[in-house]
Amino acid sequence: MTVDSGRRVGAHPEIGTERAGSALRIGALRGRLEVLQFFRARESVVFSFLFPVILLVIFGSIFDQRIAPDVTFTQYFVAGMIAAGLFTTSFQVLAIQIPIERDRGVLKRLAGTPMPRSAYFIGKIIMVLVSSLAEIAVLLTVATLFYDVSLPVTAGRWLTLAWVSVLGIAACTLCGIAFSSLPREGRRAPAMVTPVALVLQFISGVFFVYTELPGWMQQVAALFPLKWLTQGMRSVFLPDSFAASEPAGTWELDRVALVLAVWVVLGLVLCLRTFRWTGQER
Amino acid sequence: MTDTAIRVRGLRRSYGPNPAVDGIDLEVSRGEVFALLGPNGAGKTTTVEILEGYRRRDAGEVAVLGVDPRVADARWRARIGIVLQSTGEFEELTVAEVVRHFAAYYPRPDDPGAVIERVGLAAKQGARARTLSGGQRRRLDVALSIVGRPELLFLDEPTTGFDPQARRDFWDVVAGLTAGGTTILLTTHYLHEAEALADRVAVINRGRILDVAAPATLGDRHRQPATVRWQGEDGPREVRTDTPTRTVTDLSARHGGEVPGLSVTRPTLEDIYLSMIGASGPDTPAPGESG
Repeated sequence: MTVDSGRRVGAHPEIGTERAGSALRIGALRGRLEVLQFFRARESVVFSFLFPVILLVIFGSIFDQRIAPDVTFTQYFVAGMIAAGLFTTSFQVLAIQIPIERDRGVLKRLAGTPMPRSAYFIGKIIMVLVSSLAEIAVLLTVATLFYDVSLPVTAGRWLTLAWVSVLGIAACTLCGIAFSSLPREGRRAPAMVTPVALVLQFISGVFFVYTELPGWMQQVAALFPLKWLTQGMRSVFLPDSFAASEPAGTWELDRVALVLAVWVVLGLVLCLRTFRWTGQER
Repeated sequence: MTDTAIRVRGLRRSYGPNPAVDGIDLEVSRGEVFALLGPNGAGKTTTVEILEGYRRRDAGEVAVLGVDPRVADARWRARIGIVLQSTGEFEELTVAEVVRHFAAYYPRPDDPGAVIERVGLAAKQGARARTLSGGQRRRLDVALSIVGRPELLFLDEPTTGFDPQARRDFWDVVAGLTAGGTTILLTTHYLHEAEALADRVAVINRGRILDVAAPATLGDRHRQPATVRWQGEDGPREVRTDTPTRTVTDLSARHGGEVPGLSVTRPTLEDIYLSMIGASGPDTPAPGESG
């Protein structure tokens, strides 16, 4: 019997580098494919990508009152909707899409090829980044054109937008991949994921002003990343005077960073422990 | 490099108390088309998925292209091709996009255009996968599994649900691969498929192998008595005999030449298979076994 020495690939650093290089190269190819698939599929464009825009238009048109002297509810809602949009394009899309792929044997097929397994995740991350960027761009365009929301003017605020988005997307992406191990069948995934996403949006200060929610509800929401992502977005889009109306009287950006980072680590650990390439071996 | 593509000794796998694979030995040579035949729940899929590296085994030795699939790496995966039972997940991508993409996974891929041509999808290159028929999707599956130029190809029930013409077309594709020297392990429950494609077949039931032979000699098929049928004066007649040639000569002499309605038949592969499965006891599918 011949023994394939390639089995101990990790022992050869030059081959390890070559493998890492091919993981990035193939990951990039997978990313292109995922983006193509995402934007060609009408249901993902309408129900995942455009849904936050539809909500923005509806809520922005219904509620017109001021919640602070220089802040309208619409402005508050835009910040929340950008956070919710990122939550949708990362957590919700992956938590629904991956169980379906597992069910249909997409993952099994890939696991049967020499594709580096990390390339699959790189591809998903590229898809999430591209669709999230596009989501922010569309939401900001609609908000600035129709709902009297102004783009951040200082470099500091753009920087905050960037790191809050990246950290938030990272946390929600990893949680989405981890959550994808829960549904036993792909077709049950939407029914499990949608309520989770909706409830989080209701209690995290997207649809309602966070400080007006009951205390216990605020405490529950504070355990999850969406509340902090939303708060981070308010620090970008609302005037500094509004910080006083936040629960702690400040934007708490250090806390935003901390909680999101904890969810990144937690999500990563869950992914590594629970991810399955095949349906359950019964 | 040996002449053996697959070697299995004493393979066992149970799901709970039910043995799905109960001590299987197999040996498949390079360049051979080998078919696993058996009813649903016989242990075919469990066996094949252990060979493909998807499932654990409880006991036994397995070497696929000289490597234990349990510890196999990407280099080994580049040498095998797998066509799974499930299919059709590329919906919005075109045939050419998908095949080109899969080619990038392999160190020495074939030309994607040539592969698409070989599986008979040239006219569908630019078509989105969701618009393909069942047979065309299956051919796309095959294209993806051979674009890396595998030495060994697994085909798990590749033509289930095909119409007869689509099945014939698919056989032609497989025949083309065999001519190129690819070793093929096929599972099927279509006996005529095994007969058309396989050099050797193994009949498996309740986790055990009942016989391994060429389709023509399975279950001593070639030594079974022949049945001679003809139209007698008072209706159809038939005789089972070990010497059909003599029977026909006698009949011919008696009729003064042409015998009306004459036919000489041996048991079909299906007759042999059914008698083997029937003799080995009723089929009790083990859990976890879908084919």
